[in-house]
Amino acid sequence: MGFWSFFFILVVLGLSVHWLATNKALKLNAKLEKGSKLPSLPSYYGTYSLLLIIFPTSSLFLLWLVGKPFILEYILLQNIPEQLSANFDGDPSMLIDSIKAVDLERVFPGTNPLIVESATYFKNLNNYSNSFAYFSILIVAFLSSYISLKKISTTFKARQAVEKSNINLLIFSSTIAIITTIGIVFSLIFEALRFFDEIPFFDFLFGLAWSPQTAIREGQVASQGAFGAIPIFSGTLLITLIAMSVAIPVGLLSAVYLSEYATPKVRQTFKPILEILAGVPTVVYGFFAAITVGPFFKDLASYSGFNIASESAIAAGGVMGIMIIPFISSLSDDVISAVPQSLRDGSYAMGATKSETVKNIILPAALPGIIGAILLAVSRAIGETMIVVMAAGIAANLTANPFESVTTVTVQIVTLLIGDQEFDSAKTLAAFALGITLFVATLFLNLLALRIVSKYRERYE
Amino acid sequence: MNNLKKIEYSLKKRKRQESRFKIYGLLGIATAVTFLCIILSSIVMEGKKAFLSTYIKLEVYFDPDIIYTNNDQKEEDIKFANFQKIIKNSLNSFFPEISDKGELRKLSNFISSSEEENLMKLVLKNKQLVGQKITLWLLASSKIDVINKNPDMELIAEEDRLISDLELNWLNEIRSANNIKSNFNKNFFVKADSTEPEQAGIWGSLVGSFFTLFITLILSFPIAVAAGVFLEELAPKNKFTDFIEVNINNLAAVPSIIFGLLGLAIFLNVMHLPRSAPIVGGMVLALMTLPTIIIATRASLKAVPPSIREAAIGLGATKFQTVTHHVLPLSLPGILTGTIIGMSQALGESAPLLMIGMVAFIVDVPGSFLDSSTVLPVQIYLWKSTAARGFVELTAAGVMVLLSFLILMNGIAVFIRQKFEKKW
Repeated sequence: MGFWSFFFILVVLGLSVHWLATNKALKLNAKLEKGSKLPSLPSYYGTYSLLLIIFPTSSLFLLWLVGKPFILEYILLQNIPEQLSANFDGDPSMLIDSIKAVDLERVFPGTNPLIVESATYFKNLNNYSNSFAYFSILIVAFLSSYISLKKISTTFKARQAVEKSNINLLIFSSTIAIITTIGIVFSLIFEALRFFDEIPFFDFLFGLAWSPQTAIREGQVASQGAFGAIPIFSGTLLITLIAMSVAIPVGLLSAVYLSEYATPKVRQTFKPILEILAGVPTVVYGFFAAITVGPFFKDLASYSGFNIASESAIAAGGVMGIMIIPFISSLSDDVISAVPQSLRDGSYAMGATKSETVKNIILPAALPGIIGAILLAVSRAIGETMIVVMAAGIAANLTANPFESVTTVTVQIVTLLIGDQEFDSAKTLAAFALGITLFVATLFLNLLALRIVSKYRERYE
Repeated sequence: MNNLKKIEYSLKKRKRQESRFKIYGLLGIATAVTFLCIILSSIVMEGKKAFLSTYIKLEVYFDPDIIYTNNDQKEEDIKFANFQKIIKNSLNSFFPEISDKGELRKLSNFISSSEEENLMKLVLKNKQLVGQKITLWLLASSKIDVINKNPDMELIAEEDRLISDLELNWLNEIRSANNIKSNFNKNFFVKADSTEPEQAGIWGSLVGSFFTLFITLILSFPIAVAAGVFLEELAPKNKFTDFIEVNINNLAAVPSIIFGLLGLAIFLNVMHLPRSAPIVGGMVLALMTLPTIIIATRASLKAVPPSIREAAIGLGATKFQTVTHHVLPLSLPGILTGTIIGMSQALGESAPLLMIGMVAFIVDVPGSFLDSSTVLPVQIYLWKSTAARGFVELTAAGVMVLLSFLILMNGIAVFIRQKFEKKW
């Protein structure tokens, strides 16, 4: 049985059961005397029957999709001819992969006939097992529709049942956020632990040299590679620092101007314009940094007699700063607007000018909120990927010179994971160790910032 | 008297300070706006060139001796005929003085290699052409195209230029015979990636983006709306719902590359889904877009006044009926606006897709959710990382296409918001 015929039968079954159940309820209703109708509207009985088909079938189907590869592999492994598995030197999983890789339409001449035989077996197994699964799901569907039709009676409250299952569905949807977080944490921790089996944790965290590339060539003298992440952390910090030194003054001054000085009309025009900066994809910023800003700083330096790489920290950091301006400006705009008018009025009444009010009253009052905004922006900056991948370097230099090329955590994750994907080398696993460092750092910054901002809001409410 | 003077003096100073502070604020905004203008204009300046490509007029002689090598005049012969030689001969007839083999090879590099296939198709369609001489506009190769579009590049020293002085002379001869023109670059809109800039196009990655975003939409929209409805309307206030909220707020701020690592570790390594496929990309982006849509849903549900709910409940509706029959339809414009904004973020996102292998060099337009493909922003990244000079313009043009899609989507969002959203 193919998938589409299975799907078609299921849809037809579902619709007809919905119709049958509604009809049965309607008939029951007609028989009853006025005043003692069914406890729920007739359509709820139809919906209930439909749900009773959808839930078991879809969960069985998903279970089959997830479990099928494992079950099939297990059966295949049991049925591989003994000559084949005995003669195959290497992991059994490699044998399975090579069996799966055989295209029965075009068998390479010289392929082991036993492998071809197993491949045919596997293909048949695949087809039969699919048909079997679809067939059993259909049987379950018929059974549940029978049960649901039986259930319709004057005592059965269909609406409550339908609403309860719908609310459970909503709850499940909400928990996806939790599942995602758990998925992130576990996938990162799991791979990172494998990395720390090979490289000691403190060597990673406090080592001064980073050269993972040598680790792929085995048998070499320096095949271990070096996994000290300090140069990467310092590079990330340097670029973040540059970005912040662009974004904080520009963003903060814009926010103050827009919320305190600008007429409503000016505010309405310039606020969206600033927000366009936030909507520009980061890959566009990266392109701009690499093609325009990098060469600009390079030319500038060569005019004044220096020689710098076009992939300098200042190009990547500066452009990242531009990207972050709208974060700081809109978040601080919010917190500045939240400062109560009475504080301003009090200050004006004492004869203070607008700028004195801003400097001495509003900014100090809004300071916690602004710090929260800056922390969120910092977390955004250290997690930003495309700009640095396109405009910062790969080499891990331990330097504080903004005109030199540095690398960041995200750049290293990308360079380590693009290309070969062997999940047993320290090189690829290192990406996950860097990933969990990044996750923990941003998580900490975010939670801190959110807490500061919510505390601040409470103060003036 | 002394005090009055002091006050007068300090008043002047304070006024100066006041106006200075105001100017600082204006400068802040001006800087941000200037940056935006510089970014957009530098991209448009570079990218507009990619929408034109250069064509060279040639008298092409379909030599029967070259096409029919076997004398039996079959279609097979046409398919395997040496059209490169035909192009070379046509160029040679324009420059009869060139006889050196190496120079001839350089000359034949003026024409894009894709024209060999085009000529073959032309002859297959119309076999009468064999033995005839016709005038055709042939697509120039990328380096000729770049030099032709950027006249100032002719001034740079020979070793830094894309073509030698000799080739430049030939180009000038072609120009003086008026045999060169710029025309609309059709390849850019109908083809996928290629190693040759003049044959590379954006269509393949656009289709990939479409497939990916489709998956993102059908996964994230229902889940996010369901979660938003539950949290805003039905959830009891307890530790569990608080925990969900903390998770959502935190997920909204997790760096996008982390989602890529999640996709790599779980969707690819545990679930064994295909690499580089739009279905995996869509799933990863759906997880990323969820918080955006949930937050938008909650905001627009919150905007519906409680009187609507009270009226429905007063008429005997259950809480669930109130929400699905009344509150949700009223807040739909806001939810849709949030969804479109989330989708436009997903369209511009590339970092997580790098992790799950959507950076492959793909020359075919993807046909399904399981085919290897790439997406618009990743294509831009790929072209940027390619060394050939012709790709710089293509990259900028790709950025222009991406930005116009984003403008379109955000325009629709603004339209929906202004047209349908109710102000209570």
